[in-house]
Amino acid sequence: MGLLSDPNRRKALINLLTRLNAPICGMCYIAGIVWFMGLAFEPFILRTYMSESAMGSTMVEERFSGGERALLTAKEFGVQKNKAGGMPVDWLVETMKARGLEVYTQTFSRKLPFPDENKERFMVKGTNVYGIFRAPRTPRTESLVLSAQCSEENDNNQAVGLLLVMAQYLRNQVYWAKDIIFLVNEHDQIGMHAWLEGYHNTNTTGMDYSPLQGRAGAIQAALSLELSSDVVTSLDIVFEGLNGQLPNLDFVNLFNAFCQKIGVLCTIQGKLQRNDWDSTSGYSHAVQTMMLMMLKQASGSSWGDHGLFLRYHVEAITIKGINSHRQYKTDATTVGRLLEGMFRKLNNLLERLHQSYFFYLLPSLSHMAPISYFMPAFGLIAVILLLRALDLWAQITAPPATQDGVADVEQSSTSVLSVLTPVVISHLTGVALYTLPVRFQEIAVEHFPVSETEAVVLTAIAVYTAGLALPHNTHRFVSGEGTEQGWKVLKLVAVLHLSVLLGCTALLNFSLGFILALTLVPVAAGVTPHAPKLPTAVILVVLSPACILLFSVFVFHELQETPLSFQDGWLLFLSVISQGILDHTLYGSLVFPLVALLVYPCWLLFWNILFWK
Amino acid sequence: MATPLSLLLIVAVTIRAALFRSTLAHLIAERVEVTSPLTAWKRVVEGLALLDLGVSPYAGDVFHETPLIIYIFHFLVDYAEVTFMLADVMVAVALYYAVRDYNKQVFRKQKFALEADRYPADCHELVRSPAEMHYVPLKVAMFYLLNPFTVLSCVAKSTCGLNNAVVSLFILSTVKGNVLLSAIFLALATYQSIYPLTLCAAALLYLMQRQFIPINACRLSFWWFVAQYAFMYLGSLFVMVGLSFFLLGSWDFLPAVYGFILSVPDLTPNIGLFWYFFAEMFEHFRLFFLCVFQINVFIYTVPLSIKLKEHPVFLIFMQLAIMAIFKSYPTVGDVSLYMAFLPVWSHLSRFLRNVSLVSFVLLTCSALFPVLWHLWIYAGSANANFYYATTLIFNLAQILLMCDYFYAFLRREHHLVHGLYPKRKDGSEATLVLK
Repeated sequence: MGLLSDPNRRKALINLLTRLNAPICGMCYIAGIVWFMGLAFEPFILRTYMSESAMGSTMVEERFSGGERALLTAKEFGVQKNKAGGMPVDWLVETMKARGLEVYTQTFSRKLPFPDENKERFMVKGTNVYGIFRAPRTPRTESLVLSAQCSEENDNNQAVGLLLVMAQYLRNQVYWAKDIIFLVNEHDQIGMHAWLEGYHNTNTTGMDYSPLQGRAGAIQAALSLELSSDVVTSLDIVFEGLNGQLPNLDFVNLFNAFCQKIGVLCTIQGKLQRNDWDSTSGYSHAVQTMMLMMLKQASGSSWGDHGLFLRYHVEAITIKGINSHRQYKTDATTVGRLLEGMFRKLNNLLERLHQSYFFYLLPSLSHMAPISYFMPAFGLIAVILLLRALDLWAQITAPPATQDGVADVEQSSTSVLSVLTPVVISHLTGVALYTLPVRFQEIAVEHFPVSETEAVVLTAIAVYTAGLALPHNTHRFVSGEGTEQGWKVLKLVAVLHLSVLLGCTALLNFSLGFILALTLVPVAAGVTPHAPKLPTAVILVVLSPACILLFSVFVFHELQETPLSFQDGWLLFLSVISQGILDHTLYGSLVFPLVALLVYPCWLLFWNILFWK
Repeated sequence: MATPLSLLLIVAVTIRAALFRSTLAHLIAERVEVTSPLTAWKRVVEGLALLDLGVSPYAGDVFHETPLIIYIFHFLVDYAEVTFMLADVMVAVALYYAVRDYNKQVFRKQKFALEADRYPADCHELVRSPAEMHYVPLKVAMFYLLNPFTVLSCVAKSTCGLNNAVVSLFILSTVKGNVLLSAIFLALATYQSIYPLTLCAAALLYLMQRQFIPINACRLSFWWFVAQYAFMYLGSLFVMVGLSFFLLGSWDFLPAVYGFILSVPDLTPNIGLFWYFFAEMFEHFRLFFLCVFQINVFIYTVPLSIKLKEHPVFLIFMQLAIMAIFKSYPTVGDVSLYMAFLPVWSHLSRFLRNVSLVSFVLLTCSALFPVLWHLWIYAGSANANFYYATTLIFNLAQILLMCDYFYAFLRREHHLVHGLYPKRKDGSEATLVLK
């Protein structure tokens, strides 16, 4: 309590912090980045290990041998699909019934707010088919899900084939203590979303679906399969879910453990494991893998069908077969064995996966940085905002406190009210950015030669840019215009707003929080009305949320080793915006509202400060 | 003065009415920070349903409000929204008039002191002017009505709003010097949630001061007044409990309401300190710590009453804060009641040390509550420790706020006696340090 009550010591500390504010802030920022880069360096972080004792070893004898049959079934499925011109519902129902499952279907329909140009859909109608294999050994209160999507092209037939053959094979075993649901969903995530909403009897996004006729127990874990070739060279694990949620690390470990056991090459973010962490290229490989994961997580969208399960507290991953030019190939039988082994282990679970970490960064499948390792990196950067706030507070309450710590608050009380105007106007702009794009698409299409999707994206960009014109207008309403005190109070409010916002974001979705902190904190800390206008304005715009998104698109493709030309990058940027809005309305992803309603208005406050007159 | 108040009331009611109509109302009513097992509207509805079926509303361990509440809502259930808005308006108006009256007295006392030349010469900065005191009652009403905590609590139809109304009526009648009404409302508040019992001391001190009865345990008049007040208080409490018994025809409500408050069987998370602690505890320590925690709420009455016997209204504020922090099922509605008093002490601002820090921490915690709740309950990735850590920080900040006001108040009183710029023995300027 001495620090809080003794005015002398308190004053000394505040003096120190205000005098050395800039160097301390700079050091914190650099330390944050260095810490972050250290997270990809293997000696600094933890090895992954299986925490769940029920899944402790990989002692399972896999006997699956139906690979050939799976490929045949896949071919037949392909034929039936072409015949039906979509999902061959009747054939699937028949086939599943013939394999002894309880089969149900669910129909759903959804009208998108505007056409999705990437996947070319607007009015979506479809059917999910799922078969339940009831556990012979227990009272059927828990279940596992194996799913494969029925896509438009013939690129997931092998997965459906394998799923059907697995169903037949698993049914003949006696070990099962959990129901297993075999699900074939249409229209990828929309179908999965409809099925999950139906299963849990919720409706969060206003989707039309028929209620499910049959249910198994509470879903403990789900695995979704994507195979598009008869043989694969490696299996890729995808685990980033909706809103940056991650499955329990034990599930990822389980996949890794079985890949090691069976001898299948496994990749993460499409990158193979390397053992040369001490070489520069090995380290940069780890950094790239980690940054890819962070960019995917920060996007807040679900990177496979599994992503939607996570919202219902169901651990889930997607396994993707990759067929490259490598010599060594793995056939469908081996993939089937892998699945068998994983399901046998999941079957042993006594409670939901909860032992291991939920917050982690993976620079490789064998190493991970848990929350206690990566939060300091964020903390070091976020503390800059608090230091700046302290500095500003000390300046605002100047003339410096008399020696017994008496503060003079009277001056600030008037300017707090005058600061309210920019805050309110900025947030109203945010509300406009959130609501207008979808609302105004019809008007925009009538008056301009653009498609609906373009109209939405361009309206969003227009509102965004229009927000930049605000400072010239808001100043007329501000009563205490032009005072030194005024902008300092505004900046204090903005800095505290940003720090709370970033803190909450980093808890929900660390990657998003960290990327925003990395880019917004320097401008937030540095901006003053006395800075040279033009260069500062350029820096502010370059580090604004929209430009961060643009850079992220480029960086993402650079890391994936598929560099983009500027033209392509720009087009991709536009489609990412539309995808973000779609993700929000279709699945309830929170990144678009977060950016539109909170981050962007907060950034506008700093823009306001720069043009304070 | 009435125009700004009525304007404020209109704004407040509009906000609430708009929120009642929006989809948010349902979401807010589910928040554990806003409703506790005692005050949740859902449980009141359940109790009503049971009552209509002819079953005791306390059967089934869901409903824990007093019989009075259930009989009120038996008639008013269709007008629940209006009732809760009215309760908020009532609190605001009652506090408005109470604070206006109190300020008048403070001013009068100050005038006498000035005329008698009792203040040291350098203390004229500390003397309060009518100009700065003029808007204080309005600010109090505003702090209560526009506080997001109150708005949330009202929109969630938390019965905490009604308890606040009773407490504020008690404060009003005490400040107005009406002994009977004060005792009756205090009994009603106690009947509703036990803890306001601690306000008894403050009420006695205030009323005695007002009637110029010396606060001295050796005097007969002192004990006579205490006996009078105790008789009125206990009498009305007895009538209320008896009435409840006759309404319900059973004593079911005693264990279901008071037993529930005191023995804390429901460990649903809330913004208080009980749930985590008792969820973690070994069963055989439970009774001991239950006693410790419950006594903790009441024990501060004694030292605070002794220290603040000249300033009973500040004592009421302190007691309200202590209750909001340490009671077994606190909600943000309780917090908003004592926060409404902050403008009354705006003259202490020059002595406050940590208000900026505390308000930032309170805001951050309010933002973190829903985030960590989501991570714990929905995403399943965080756990109870994360949420409880926020609760702890929230309560620490409240305690710090309370201590800060207490310190500032005492310090001002000290300066009013010893001068604003004390000198050391050697003649240099001294600083006051709290250690």
